[in-house]
Amino acid sequence: MSFTVRKDDAKGVVVIGVDGQLIVGNRHDLKKKVLDSMEAGEQKFVIDFAETGYIDSSGLGVLVSLSKKIREAGGDLRLAGLNDDLHTLFELTKLDTLFTIMGSVEEAVGAF
Amino acid sequence: MTAPLRLYVRRRETDVTDDDGHSVQISLRVPTDLDVVEETVDLVARHCLASGVAPRAARFVVRVALCEALANAIQYGNRMDPSKRVDVKVEVGVDRVSLQVRDEGTGFDPASIPVPTEPDRIDLDQGRGLFIIRQLMDEVTFNERGNSICMIMLRG
Repeated sequence: MSFTVRKDDAKGVVVIGVDGQLIVGNRHDLKKKVLDSMEAGEQKFVIDFAETGYIDSSGLGVLVSLSKKIREAGGDLRLAGLNDDLHTLFELTKLDTLFTIMGSVEEAVGAF
Repeated sequence: MTAPLRLYVRRRETDVTDDDGHSVQISLRVPTDLDVVEETVDLVARHCLASGVAPRAARFVVRVALCEALANAIQYGNRMDPSKRVDVKVEVGVDRVSLQVRDEGTGFDPASIPVPTEPDRIDLDQGRGLFIIRQLMDEVTFNERGNSICMIMLRG
């Protein structure tokens, strides 16, 4: 499992891909990548779950925490690429009401 | 360095008849280390797949529920004490998959855990694990002490 970070320069959006799982064992790695980018002045983020197997409650918790921090800094976090199972997880926990969830990275980046 | 996972696999007869008249039971003793959660979950999911559990159920429902139960056992049950272990028992039967996770902690009262989808809790960054387990599995029970959870998924 790993995280990939790239920047869409045209829109000024940082896109982080979650390759594998976002769970209790690696959630801090994602948090660090986002916080490091914020330190460097970034404010617009998309997290891409197209290559993600599953997310646990710790992973969801990190997303909630990061979303708050980014909003407080005047930025925005969007989620993209969720499969049906991951969508279900967000719906069950009602976190689909807390996040902006878009179909694809391109759509999420383009909407900034 | 983390101790390697110890896995025991045994087949035993069930009282329910199916094609081969067997269920499969596996047992694992897992160290109190969050870094081994993913490996444990993957191992159990592969075993469920190999035992004929539907791919979506094995790859998602089993993985998420077991991940939550293991994380709770390690963090809140054993309180990260490396001298303690978590015992996992998985039984793949004809009509159900049973996952049991037992820690060495003092236990807790599952009724004391608030619902995380209430408006005043929705933006908290923790407290969703047991709720997710209850949503994904068909039956969830605890022992009296509260240090062992049994999660059952019916095979439909």
